[in-house]
Amino acid sequence: MSYELRAKYKTQILSVSREKILAAAKQNKPALVPLPEVTAFTFAANDLLAAFTAAINKAGGAVMLLNGIQKLAQQIQEVYPDAKRIANLIDGDTAANKELLNEVALLDVVVLKGQLGVAENGAVWLTDKDCVERVLPFITQHLILLIEKQTLVGNMHQAYAVMGKQNPDYGVFIAGPSKTADIEQSLVIGAHGPRSLQVFIVEQL
Amino acid sequence: MNTHNITHPEAATEFLKNKERVQWHDETLWFVRHKRDKIVNEIPEWEQLRELASQIKDHTLSRLDEYLQEFEAAAISNGVTVHWASDAAEHNRIVHNILAKHGAQKIVKSKSMLTEECHLNEYLETQGIEVVDTDLGERIVQLNKEMPSHIVLPAIHIKKEEVGEIFHQHLGTEKGASDPLYLALAAREHLRQKFLAADIAITGVNFAVAETGAIVVCTNEGNADLGAHLAKVHIACMGIEKLIPRTEHLSVFLRLLARNATGQNITAYSSHFRKPAEGSEMHIVIVDNGRTTQLGREAFRNSLKCIRCGACLNTCPVYRRSGGHSYHNATAGPIGAILAPNLDMRKNADLPFASTLCGSCTDVCPVKIDIHNQLYQWRQVLTQEGYVPAAKTASMKVMAGVLSSPARYSFAGKWARKFLRWFPGLAMNKKLNPWARQRELPEPPKESFREWYKKNSREL
Repeated sequence: MSYELRAKYKTQILSVSREKILAAAKQNKPALVPLPEVTAFTFAANDLLAAFTAAINKAGGAVMLLNGIQKLAQQIQEVYPDAKRIANLIDGDTAANKELLNEVALLDVVVLKGQLGVAENGAVWLTDKDCVERVLPFITQHLILLIEKQTLVGNMHQAYAVMGKQNPDYGVFIAGPSKTADIEQSLVIGAHGPRSLQVFIVEQL
Repeated sequence: MNTHNITHPEAATEFLKNKERVQWHDETLWFVRHKRDKIVNEIPEWEQLRELASQIKDHTLSRLDEYLQEFEAAAISNGVTVHWASDAAEHNRIVHNILAKHGAQKIVKSKSMLTEECHLNEYLETQGIEVVDTDLGERIVQLNKEMPSHIVLPAIHIKKEEVGEIFHQHLGTEKGASDPLYLALAAREHLRQKFLAADIAITGVNFAVAETGAIVVCTNEGNADLGAHLAKVHIACMGIEKLIPRTEHLSVFLRLLARNATGQNITAYSSHFRKPAEGSEMHIVIVDNGRTTQLGREAFRNSLKCIRCGACLNTCPVYRRSGGHSYHNATAGPIGAILAPNLDMRKNADLPFASTLCGSCTDVCPVKIDIHNQLYQWRQVLTQEGYVPAAKTASMKVMAGVLSSPARYSFAGKWARKFLRWFPGLAMNKKLNPWARQRELPEPPKESFREWYKKNSREL
């Protein structure tokens, strides 16, 4: 810890309630219970791609296989023909993207690269670096996530085994478009965030 | 808002007056329970996951003071400001101080049962600050000046026509509109303006990781993220029981939570906040509010393992037919009924009795809390402490006397059978006997099994 942090730490821990809570927790906690090892559960299905696709579809998203990303811009337009403000943060024009990100609230489509996909639940992992700006995958009207096929893992245990030590400043599993069922349990896609999620899977980048 | 002057049975009686709504409520929640069963059965290691989750939580509670300090040190070195609150009032003051320091007027909040428990919104209102709840269900109940009636489905007690009327009054949607898609899109437009203008975002916490100081928030709508990323300041409020030791443990809990809550594989967003973004501020408020007391009650300690999935509400035959508001507590249902007496025994003495003790809540609990046992044990404690109505205590004493003596039991049974035959109106008098209000007693048999056996055993 740096000097500055330690000074900050000192002022923060000088709290009466802090001492009270910690003392009560110490006093009232039960005898030590051992911490179990998390079993390395495997994922039963062999076809990770099929399982991932089924999970995304179930959550209201779509999956498309690409041969490569040479024609990415064209494929984006094909999926969202009416979209005008498209921030393609994979191979889009840097200057154009910069301009688009000045008005994030007006974005129609954001295209980001995810680090890995989880077959069991269709979740795609992105860190703050992958999001470029944290708010982008949430504020856009439609979201496209690109992942490499080889990054697919079976379940959440395997996902954390791959990225669990990264400790990004911020990270998120995204598993579908934004949705709500708060009115009479009727599913509505497009609550506050994206109204649709399209996942592009490429063999290799 | 939280006017508690009627008991659970009284409030349930009100709820039951609208038969159509009760049936809808009952069936809808049962449908959610059914969805849960279906998806849970897809996971072969489900029972092992429950056991793991339960043991991880047991372990965490047994070292809670150490994990709290580990979490705090990590969060501070991440550049997060950590606050500690002994009770609800202190939590509310801390949040208010942060808002005041920034001169914040526009506040958005995503779902947090803790801030409901602390009545943060009402407190801030008295300070002249308006908080906008951004979860759609919470926004609906907020506009309707109510509390959420369910942990994960806050507006489950409201019909779409009523939502239409609420939105017509407050958001200017068309009169008479009740299409969920139309209404949800209207809320989206309304709340987008709030997100974009917000000075400060408040969120709850689903899990807090001791080793990294990160907090994890799960939503389907994306409202926690929109709030936290667009505002300059993010305040996350958590109870001390939200801790888990390590990042890898998230794999267990994230596999359990959404499946058990709503029958989804996972929520649309599982966001891990560790450091504030550049130029932004992040605060974590760690709240006790009775939790360390509960930790010291051996019989009820287990309730602190709860991850607020709401499955025990969906499955509970009493909750489904009495509605969340009948529990007059921020957290309703079976879990609410074992948490609430810890906060205030006098006020919540009726809640552990709002159960048939069928044990379905325990069966579905993802962290294996013995909910129905705790309901039963709270009844003992509350009776001993003198919080149970005198009539109930007196009749229980009579019953105890009868049931503990075979001679008295046999005598009482014999005369009860005669009396019920002679004066059926006495037992079924709906004024004298509340149990009889919704029930019909079967015809009493002529003789007891014991009498029949005495007569017939010689012939066998």
